[in-house]
Amino acid sequence: MIVLTGVLTGISAALLGSFLILRGNAMLTDAISHSIVFGIIVVWLLTGQTSGPVQVLGAAITGVLTVILSELLARSKLVKMDAAIGLVFPALFAAGVILISINARNVHLDVDSVLLGEIGFVWLNTVALFGVDVPVAVATLGAVLVVNLTFVLVLWKELKLATFDAGLAAALGFLPGVLHYAILTLTSVTAVAAFDAVGAILFIAFVVVPPATAYLLTRRLWLMVMLAVGFAVAAVISGYFLALHWNVSIGGMMASMTGVWFALALLFAPAQGLVAQALRARTERLDHDCRALVAHLFTHQDTPAMAEENTLRALVSHLRWTAPRARAAVLRAHDRDLIERRDGLLCLRPKGTAEVEAIFGRSNA
Amino acid sequence: MTAIIDLFSSDIVQTVLIGAALLGAISGMLGAFAVLRRQSLLGDALSHAALPGVCLGFLIAGGRDLGSVMVGAFATGALAALVMMLIVRRTSLKTDAALGIVLSVFFAVGIVLLTVIQTQGGSGSLGLMTFLFGQAAAILRSDLWVMGGVGLVALLLVLAFWKEFKLVSFDAAFARAQGFPVTALEAVLTVMVALAIVVGLQLVGVVLMVALLIAPAAAARQWTNSLGGMVVLSAAIGAASGAGGALVSATTRGLATGPVVVLIATGIVMVSLLIAPGRGLVWQATAARRARARISDGRVLATLQGFAQMHDDAGYPSERGMLQVALGVKPPAATLASLESRGLIRSVTHPPETTPHWELTKAGHSEAAALSGQPETRQRTT
Repeated sequence: MIVLTGVLTGISAALLGSFLILRGNAMLTDAISHSIVFGIIVVWLLTGQTSGPVQVLGAAITGVLTVILSELLARSKLVKMDAAIGLVFPALFAAGVILISINARNVHLDVDSVLLGEIGFVWLNTVALFGVDVPVAVATLGAVLVVNLTFVLVLWKELKLATFDAGLAAALGFLPGVLHYAILTLTSVTAVAAFDAVGAILFIAFVVVPPATAYLLTRRLWLMVMLAVGFAVAAVISGYFLALHWNVSIGGMMASMTGVWFALALLFAPAQGLVAQALRARTERLDHDCRALVAHLFTHQDTPAMAEENTLRALVSHLRWTAPRARAAVLRAHDRDLIERRDGLLCLRPKGTAEVEAIFGRSNA
Repeated sequence: MTAIIDLFSSDIVQTVLIGAALLGAISGMLGAFAVLRRQSLLGDALSHAALPGVCLGFLIAGGRDLGSVMVGAFATGALAALVMMLIVRRTSLKTDAALGIVLSVFFAVGIVLLTVIQTQGGSGSLGLMTFLFGQAAAILRSDLWVMGGVGLVALLLVLAFWKEFKLVSFDAAFARAQGFPVTALEAVLTVMVALAIVVGLQLVGVVLMVALLIAPAAAARQWTNSLGGMVVLSAAIGAASGAGGALVSATTRGLATGPVVVLIATGIVMVSLLIAPGRGLVWQATAARRARARISDGRVLATLQGFAQMHDDAGYPSERGMLQVALGVKPPAATLASLESRGLIRSVTHPPETTPHWELTKAGHSEAAALSGQPETRQRTT
């Protein structure tokens, strides 16, 4: 059941997170997930409920309010947007923490659980559903997941358009502004529903990291969303078992695992990974050296200096290449059938001549 | 009264106050640069990323030792900054995504380490929790030297590289063109933000540290347009918030220092946003109202002038209804009253009609001419 809670959180968050990442709104999640703490405590003070639909909606309003306040503040031109976000959410969060401290005696909300969540305790609060006792968190998160999934599936086309070309979406009458707030409202709702399980801050990991990981692997939106969901689920399951194994925080471990998947993708993604980038840079450098090499050979071919110039040693002494670099370039040029060794000299093959002509233009040839 | 004096002469309270003020001042000073360089949220990411370092420092030192905790926090903070830079430079992910990734993953690792410490059951694991929200009361007299040292280093760096930092903060492209090592300078500024965070952790904790960086700077920005003024003011506001928060939290049971400090700083920001001369919202509203009034005045004067020209009578009395037709709206009574009190128009009667009429005075004619930029109407002597 703990894993189920995590999976529900992960999928809900990844669905919305994909769009937030692409829209450049990732840090608004940060703001929302902090300031809902204020909403949660205020709703509790007013209604005495710590979970359920009233709590979810009430606290979600605080999240949206944070975004609206930040945007208003930024629009006044007195502070920049990043500073505006950084002013509003700590203030609301601080107010929330103080309210909790003041009412500490009669709340079973405490500061640590707000921040960190305790997914292990989902069983403490259950509700009967179709005759079966399920944790409240699971029921809430399930409902949230259905809402998020419906939202994304029904408005897929609109979301896609508004995300990649807000101007066109507006011109076609799709109201990108409304969609913007709809996404942020759902993010707030999801954050509130998830905060029992993973806490305010770890929720950010579920929203931001799996979609970012997916983004490193693909450029197709539907594939990105699917991959994001997949990484979220993988992080939840692997995190759960590692946490049991090492006896550490389950939520923390799940969020850490999203980071592990991201690090792996960052290193080994086929096209954008750091390893692929390094390999590509190496190939490019080698090919560039090949071009310099064939150009050099072509310049001196059939000249008196040929015996001296068209050798490996000349590359080192005249082109100031290091010996390994020269050897690698010669080998690479050999492999690509650009040059051959004739009478101890390096000579152009037809393909090499063609390459030179491509560089200098045919008129010189 | 004596109770308050007793409070201030107490050794612990003095330590806490001095420490809190010192931390606030350092954060305020360095935060000014972060805010100007639009890196406010970098502070948030780095402060969350300091948590695993705090835990590591704790684990390695085997207790709550400020030195090792600070070194640990600084190390993971710097690592986070490097990872951030790597993600932004080498992938197509945007800055906000990179910030979110670094913030949440480092924090998650920190939480995992925190539970490791708790299961080990060290006596000081409770003390570690104070790093989440800050506990100024936990500042020891020996800690003051460490903080003072860090503050001094930061201050010296700012003074030594004042010109460079100023240039990089306001026009990095120009600085690069002038041959300044911009990347290195930006790295130094980022490192200093990490330094400020490490120092501030004691006071406000990792979660709210960002506010201590941003709020004093954002408030100071409203009052001054000079970098020097802003940095000094920001440090002063930071110190005031820190000391104030420490005082409130020390005298009230069960209130963590961080939230109180943040709320005080936020209060200062709100006041600044409202009343700061030249920029504040109240100031803006007043200026807008003045501008509206000036335009309204001008339109009434121009209309009266138009009637006068039309009738070739400088003292032509215009009725309010005529003004309304010409302006499209009813001329506000306040506008007419203010024009009259400034001696630009005169209320006259025009028998047999009983409604009030207005005519331009001589001053009114020259004012209207000045506003329209046209030569004054020829005055017909009456």
